[in-house]
Amino acid sequence: MKIEDVVCSFCGCLCDDLVVEVDGTRVVSVENGCTLANEKFLGDHRLKTPIRRSGNSWTKISYEEAIAETAAILLDADRPLLYGWSGTFGEAQSIGVHLAEILGAVIDNTSTVCHGPSILAIQEVGHPGCTLGQVKNRADVVVYWGANPVDAHPRHMSRYTTYCDGFFRKDAFKERKVIVVDVRETESSNIADEFMKVNPGGDYAVLSALRAIVRGKGDIIPARVEGVSREQLFRVADICKSAKFGAFFFGVGLTMAPGKNKNIRNAIELTEELSRHTKFTISPMRGHWNVYGSNEVFTWISGYPYAVDFARGIAFYNPGETTSVDILKREECDACLVVASDPGAHFPKACAEHLARIPTIQIDPHVNVTTHLAHIQIPVAVAGIDAEGTAYRMDGVPIRTRKLFQGSYPDDLVVLEKLYAIVKEAKG
Amino acid sequence: MPGLLIKNAFVIDPLSGVKGEVMDIAIRDGKIVEDVPSGAEIIDVRGCLTLPGGIDSHSHVCGTKVNFGRYMSPEDMRAGRTARKGVMHVTSGYSVPTTFGNSYRYSTMGYTTILEGAMAPLEARHTHEEFTATPHQDMLANTLFDGNWSIMDAVREKDVKRAAAVVAWTLAAVKGFAIKLTNPGGTEAWGWGGDMSSVHDTVPNFDVSPAEIISTMIKANELLNLPHSVHLHCNNLGVPGNYRTTLNTIGLAPDLNKERQSLYLTHVQFHSYGGTTWRDICSKSEDITMAINSRPHVVMDMGQIMFGRTTTMTADGPMEFKLYKLHHNKWSNHDVELETGSGIIPVYYSRKSLVNCVMWAIGLELALLTKNPWQCLLSTDSPNGAPFVKYPEIIALLMSRKFRENERKMIDQRTEHFVPLFAIDRELDWYEIAVMTRAGQAKALGLTRIGKGYLSPGAEADVAIYPIKPGEIDPSVDYQQVVAGFSRTLHTIKRGRVVARDGEVVVEGANSTIWSRAHVPPEYDMGKDPEFIKKFEQYYTVRMNNYPVQDVYLPRGIRIETEASL
Repeated sequence: MKIEDVVCSFCGCLCDDLVVEVDGTRVVSVENGCTLANEKFLGDHRLKTPIRRSGNSWTKISYEEAIAETAAILLDADRPLLYGWSGTFGEAQSIGVHLAEILGAVIDNTSTVCHGPSILAIQEVGHPGCTLGQVKNRADVVVYWGANPVDAHPRHMSRYTTYCDGFFRKDAFKERKVIVVDVRETESSNIADEFMKVNPGGDYAVLSALRAIVRGKGDIIPARVEGVSREQLFRVADICKSAKFGAFFFGVGLTMAPGKNKNIRNAIELTEELSRHTKFTISPMRGHWNVYGSNEVFTWISGYPYAVDFARGIAFYNPGETTSVDILKREECDACLVVASDPGAHFPKACAEHLARIPTIQIDPHVNVTTHLAHIQIPVAVAGIDAEGTAYRMDGVPIRTRKLFQGSYPDDLVVLEKLYAIVKEAKG
Repeated sequence: MPGLLIKNAFVIDPLSGVKGEVMDIAIRDGKIVEDVPSGAEIIDVRGCLTLPGGIDSHSHVCGTKVNFGRYMSPEDMRAGRTARKGVMHVTSGYSVPTTFGNSYRYSTMGYTTILEGAMAPLEARHTHEEFTATPHQDMLANTLFDGNWSIMDAVREKDVKRAAAVVAWTLAAVKGFAIKLTNPGGTEAWGWGGDMSSVHDTVPNFDVSPAEIISTMIKANELLNLPHSVHLHCNNLGVPGNYRTTLNTIGLAPDLNKERQSLYLTHVQFHSYGGTTWRDICSKSEDITMAINSRPHVVMDMGQIMFGRTTTMTADGPMEFKLYKLHHNKWSNHDVELETGSGIIPVYYSRKSLVNCVMWAIGLELALLTKNPWQCLLSTDSPNGAPFVKYPEIIALLMSRKFRENERKMIDQRTEHFVPLFAIDRELDWYEIAVMTRAGQAKALGLTRIGKGYLSPGAEADVAIYPIKPGEIDPSVDYQQVVAGFSRTLHTIKRGRVVARDGEVVVEGANSTIWSRAHVPPEYDMGKDPEFIKKFEQYYTVRMNNYPVQDVYLPRGIRIETEASL
């Protein structure tokens, strides 16, 4: 059976035009998907049943047993951490926040090691953005800064920017200038009209130089700024100022480079400066397909997009203190529930070591690095394949992922609701 | 269920013609009934003021920009937090509370129905997710059409029926309630950094004017027989001298509907400015209310500002950028492809700012100079003018000249030279307040057909009982008691169930979402229209199949069905 308009649950592009052929409970083929999508839909490394560590081996256990033990661990913990959430759908994330609330736990999502600094910058100066269709239909200048969409968001350029014709851009490839800024050549810089190579750690200075030029203070710019010539800075500033619609996209190459949130603040303020001359927007290239959804769901329930600490009864937010890495590094956390992410692969070594020392429970369809640190793992259905729910695209557009077939696994929502019911019963 | 009997209620129920009588109200199965059998629960309210549940006809509580207001403002979240307690979840936020915060605070003020002022169709799913997470109030969504390409194409072709067909398809797809136009044409122009400066400007590339969009949509709305009228945020919001644009807009409205207004103007305070710059801005409330008084087919809401901190948020993206350039605080903007825009900035309305004092006075003047309270509803365009928790203070200001005079001493002393407020003696009474906070909204939104806004048998049992004994206090003197009384009900009853008591929320709640479904003849089904489909295939970034909000997002939906006259 072929299913059309399938939503891809891999990256923040949330492409919704895939055609997937399904035979029973098996995906046979994927059309329109990128290589990442193909791997996601066709790959099969699922864990078959819940497992519990016993010494150096694993024991298969039932879902009821796994959920009951998870509840007991969380109820017994003084400082539980509920981490992950970006790889599941909004309805499950919502139960997660309520679970954290009732437990007095910290809940955090993968923004904490990804676009967290971007959020901090937005909280300082705001975010002039737009939906991706605005870029597709209007943009004549696109800037990718610290982002390599060809590898990380393979269809971003063909669906929304460089190669994508729009209403006011009938021949996008010719009408649209692409500027790539990075510390090294990439697949994306190879197709840019203008590649600005910045010294590692030099982004902040280069952004400041561009702001100065756009403001009419170009005379203070030295011959070179962090590896970029004065001539190129003026040229790039001029392309941006004379754009009819400019779209700035930034990746973790800017967010996680030295300067972090200050880089993003500078980029947003450059966008604001350009908005006084023409139309300009800025958007983060969000990674996980529903990381933005986790920010949204956390926010409407608790008020904050990540790193929310319910230990005081109220929702408390202080990144640097209530962020997962900091809690784990201080060895404060005494139990951790990981949902739909892989901190074992992405957290600093000291944090991963602490996760291995405390009871860590993972709810995830696949065996991953975190499995090797976990005490219990509960496999679930894969959102977008055999589970459905709401996801938020990198630009905030909400799309409902589809369930392609009825499989045998429970989904995240079912497991979390059972867990929540036990915890609620115990807490009264 | 034997039901519930509210005894000795001092009832004001304008839609039923009850202007203040002590009576009993019987409730059974979520409805008002003639009487209940013995054994019913009895609440003796001993002469306290009892009104239909409050209805807010324009507030920003759920959806993309509201949530972004929270996301970008941890300082606002810290300013209003409460801990989990009983059935109440944690809340955060002062001017942009979390969904639970909004719901609980509205509930304790006696509000049972809220209209979200602006939902972008493409992002409707988000609004509905938050509606479901707002436990106590029935929710409705104004749906944005101000920069809709299919609408502007139909307007250019002078095809009202096609415009109506686009509205019908879209409301059904996104489960919207009514047509909202925010700075019509201006949000499309903002896609290139531009704006509209009058109703006769031309929208770039579309060759239509705001006036043409407004006129076409008023007619299209009536062709669809929708419960509410076009809900309009005029062009030129917040610009000195903009009252002319507002008067021109009012002049566009024909009288097409016997049951209700043909045009609803929202947050008119922001559209009633004289002068030419921020230095000589003055009130033009007299001109505006003169126009409203002579046109019973136009209804407005105040858009009152109150002093203090708040967050402005609107689909009017270009206006927010102008405001940002004045305030230099932080600025967010979010344009939505083929449809609309939006912007957010935090603001502080100061008693020391002459401009802010003039704005404050204008809102009150609109209410005091509009002869018929059914034509000027109480709102702050929450949170734009102030968060809705300020409503009780606004009620008290309208009921007490003494309160206004006391405030006069606290504000910029030059204010009186720019506004007529302090020459107005009128003090509104309880009945007029009841009209301006629930009955008027029910009529203007067309919700009486589903039993909202009144208390006679057959109505929804949404009731607010305030600790105010109208015979025993003089609101023109005891205005602080008015503020306290409207801030916290004795009982808020939603669909027959007490949901809040003495400021405490007592049940988890289960609200409904109300939406409009206009049935059109098959030839007007845009789902089969090649041009309309082409917009999805070529210009939207979401597939047409993935665009409609699925039924699962409205677990307790109430659909108002109409037959279009096409």
